[in-house]
Amino acid sequence: MILAQLVLNGLLVGAVYALFSSGLTLIWGMMNVVNFAHGDFVMLAMYVAFFAATLLGWGPAAFVPVAAMALFLLGVLVYLMLVRHVMRGPMLAQILSTFGLALVLRYAALWAFSANFVSLPEDLTGQVVTLGGLRFEPSRVLAGIAALLVTLGLHLLLTRTALGSRLLAVAEDRTAAMLVGIRPDPMQALAWGIGAACTGIAGGLIALFFYVAPSVGESLVLIAFVVVCLGGFGSVPGALVAGLAIGVIESLSAFWVGAAFKDVVVYALFLGALWFRPQGLLGKA
Amino acid sequence: MPITRRGTLALPALALAAGPAAAQGAPVKVGVLLPLTGNAASAGNSARAAIELATELVNTPHPELASMPLMATAGLPNLGGRKLEAVFADNQGNPSVGQNQALRLITQERVVGLTNGYQSSVALTASAVAERYGIPYVNGESVATNLTERGFKWFFRTTPIGPDIARVYLDFIEEQQKQGRPVGKIAIVHENTEYGTSIADTIAKEAEARGRQIGLRIAYSANSADVSPQVLQMKDAQPDVAIFISYTSDAILYMRTMRAQGYKPPILIGDDSGFSDDSFIQTVGDISQGVINRSAFDASRPGSNSNKINALYKAKTGREMDDTTARMMQGYLVMADAINRAGSTDPAKIQAALRATDLKPDQLMIGYRGVRFNEKGQNVLASALLVQLRGKEYVSVWPEDQASAPLELPFKGWS
Repeated sequence: MILAQLVLNGLLVGAVYALFSSGLTLIWGMMNVVNFAHGDFVMLAMYVAFFAATLLGWGPAAFVPVAAMALFLLGVLVYLMLVRHVMRGPMLAQILSTFGLALVLRYAALWAFSANFVSLPEDLTGQVVTLGGLRFEPSRVLAGIAALLVTLGLHLLLTRTALGSRLLAVAEDRTAAMLVGIRPDPMQALAWGIGAACTGIAGGLIALFFYVAPSVGESLVLIAFVVVCLGGFGSVPGALVAGLAIGVIESLSAFWVGAAFKDVVVYALFLGALWFRPQGLLGKA
Repeated sequence: MPITRRGTLALPALALAAGPAAAQGAPVKVGVLLPLTGNAASAGNSARAAIELATELVNTPHPELASMPLMATAGLPNLGGRKLEAVFADNQGNPSVGQNQALRLITQERVVGLTNGYQSSVALTASAVAERYGIPYVNGESVATNLTERGFKWFFRTTPIGPDIARVYLDFIEEQQKQGRPVGKIAIVHENTEYGTSIADTIAKEAEARGRQIGLRIAYSANSADVSPQVLQMKDAQPDVAIFISYTSDAILYMRTMRAQGYKPPILIGDDSGFSDDSFIQTVGDISQGVINRSAFDASRPGSNSNKINALYKAKTGREMDDTTARMMQGYLVMADAINRAGSTDPAKIQAALRATDLKPDQLMIGYRGVRFNEKGQNVLASALLVQLRGKEYVSVWPEDQASAPLELPFKGWS
C-alpha cells in the first residue's frame, strides 16, 4: 500500500513538474532561448492567484485563466521589450538577459510583497479523497489533469494547426519563413505569450497546494531544466514523460535511499539517460 | 568674511587632528549578517526590523525600558553619545556569500563588530573571517554546537545551544513517559546542513546517554519541492514522538503534506526556526494545532521587557515578534552594550568587554537567566522552555512552574 501511495504521489508531483516545464520547453523549442526567468514567471502567477483568492475571493476556475492571461501579456512584453533586442546580440547576452530579468522579477516581488511566506485559503478544491486506501489531494489531481490537457493542447496546436505550422516555420528558419510571407516578430511574440501563459496556468494551480513566496521559483526551477533536458529540448510530450518519470524516481528514492540523497539518484539517472540519448527521451537528434 | 576665513583655517587643523579621534561623532558601525533573500528571507527580514528597532532604542531615550542597558540614554554614553549604526549585509543563506559579506563589512565598511548570521552554516564561515581579522562577533541565534567548539577568541554566542535544547526535549519526553504516554520510538526529521545535522546529532547523543534509541532518522534538503516520501516513511514507522528540525519553507510543506497523507505523530516537536516563524503560523497554523516548540521569548506577561519590546515591534511591523527574532535582537543588544562598556571602538577592548559581560535577567528582553560567557564564548545562562501552538499563538506549557497554559496531547493538527 505504501508503495502504491509512493508511486501515486510521485506521479502527481511529476505532473506538476511537467506542467511547470511546459512553458519552458515551448519557448526553447520556438526560439532556442533558455528563459532563466521561468521560475519567477511561475512565482508571479502564484501571486496573481494569491491576491485573486484572498482579496477578491475567487476560486481556481476564475484565477487560473486570469493568471494565464496576465502571464501571456507579460510574455509578449518581455519578448517585445527585451528578447527581440538581445536576440541580435551574442549567445551570452541572451542567457544573461533572461537571468537578469529573473533577478529583477524576484527582487521586485521581494520589495512589493515582502519575503513572508503566504498561502491560499485551505480547501479551495475540497478535502482529501480516499479511494481504495490511496489518498488523493484534489488540488494535485487537478494540476495533474491540467498538465495532461496543456501538453495535449500544445501538441495539437503545434502539429495540427496552421498557426502551429507558422510558429514551427519561424523556429526552423527565420529567413525562409520570411520568404514565404510569415512575419517572424508576431509569431515569436505569440510563442513567448503562449509559453508564459502555460507558466501562468502552472503557477495558478501549484499555488493551491504550495506556499507562495518570492523565492519559490528557485526551489522549482532547477528541476524544470532537468525535465526539459531529459524530455528533449522543445518536445512538449517529452516534458510530460520526463516530469512523470522524475516524480516517481524522486518519490521512490527518497523513501528507500533517503531524502537527502534522492537528488544523487535523480541526477545520476539523468546523466545516464543523456549518455544514451543526448537529445533527450523524445527529442529529435 | 572673517567667519569664513576662520572656518577655512580651521579645516586643516581638523584634518591634522586625525587618527582615532577623526570619527568623533560619527556613528559606530556594527555589521549585521542576515538572509535577506533566499529561502530564509522571511526570518531575515523579521530580524532586520528587530535590529532596526534595537538601534533606534539605543539611539533615542526610552525611560520605560530603563532596566535594560543603553535604553534610558541616547546613543552610546561612554563614547560621548555617539550613535549606533547597523550595517546590514545579505548573506542569502549561503555560507560562501556570508563569508564574502563578512570580509566586505570588515575591510570596506570598517565595522567594529559583527552580529547574527542566522543559519549555523553561515555563522560558521562568517565568524572564521572575523576571527582572522580580530573583530568581535556576537551571534544570538545559531545553535550548532561546534560554533563555540573551535577555540575561537572573538566569537560569542548568547542563545541556548544543542546540548541545552537536547536536555529540554529529553526531560520533556521522560516526563511524558511518567505520565503514561508511549515514547519508546523517537523519530528525528532534520534538514541536512549544519543546523539540522548538529542538533539531530546532539539529541541522538543525549538520548543514547539516557538509554534511549532514535528509531528513525530522516535527513532532507530544506529546499525540497516535495516532502511526501518522508511523511510516508514516518507513516510507515509510526513513531511516538517526532522531532522536526526545519527552516520555514520545509516546515510549511511538512504540515501540509502530513495533512494530505493523513498522518499525525502523537507528539510533534518542531525545533524553533521554521516553526516559530510568523509566516509558519499565518500559513499553516490552522493545521498545526498543538505543535510543541522551544522558546526563550514569552511576551505574554504585561510589564515585562519582552512584552514592551513586542509591543514596539508590533507597532513597527504589524507582526508579533517570534522567538528566533527575539534571540537575534538580544544578541545584537549584547554587542551594543559591550561596545559601550568598552568605551572604545578598539576591537580588543570590545572583546574584553564581551568577556566581562554579566547581564541579569531584568537587563534582558528575553527569558534567559542572564548573559555570561564561558572561555569558549558560549552564554552559560541561556535557557529555553517549551511552548505549544494554540490558535495563532504559542503559549508556554513546560516546565510546569513556567507554564501559562496546560499541555494538550496528543498532537491535534487539524480538525
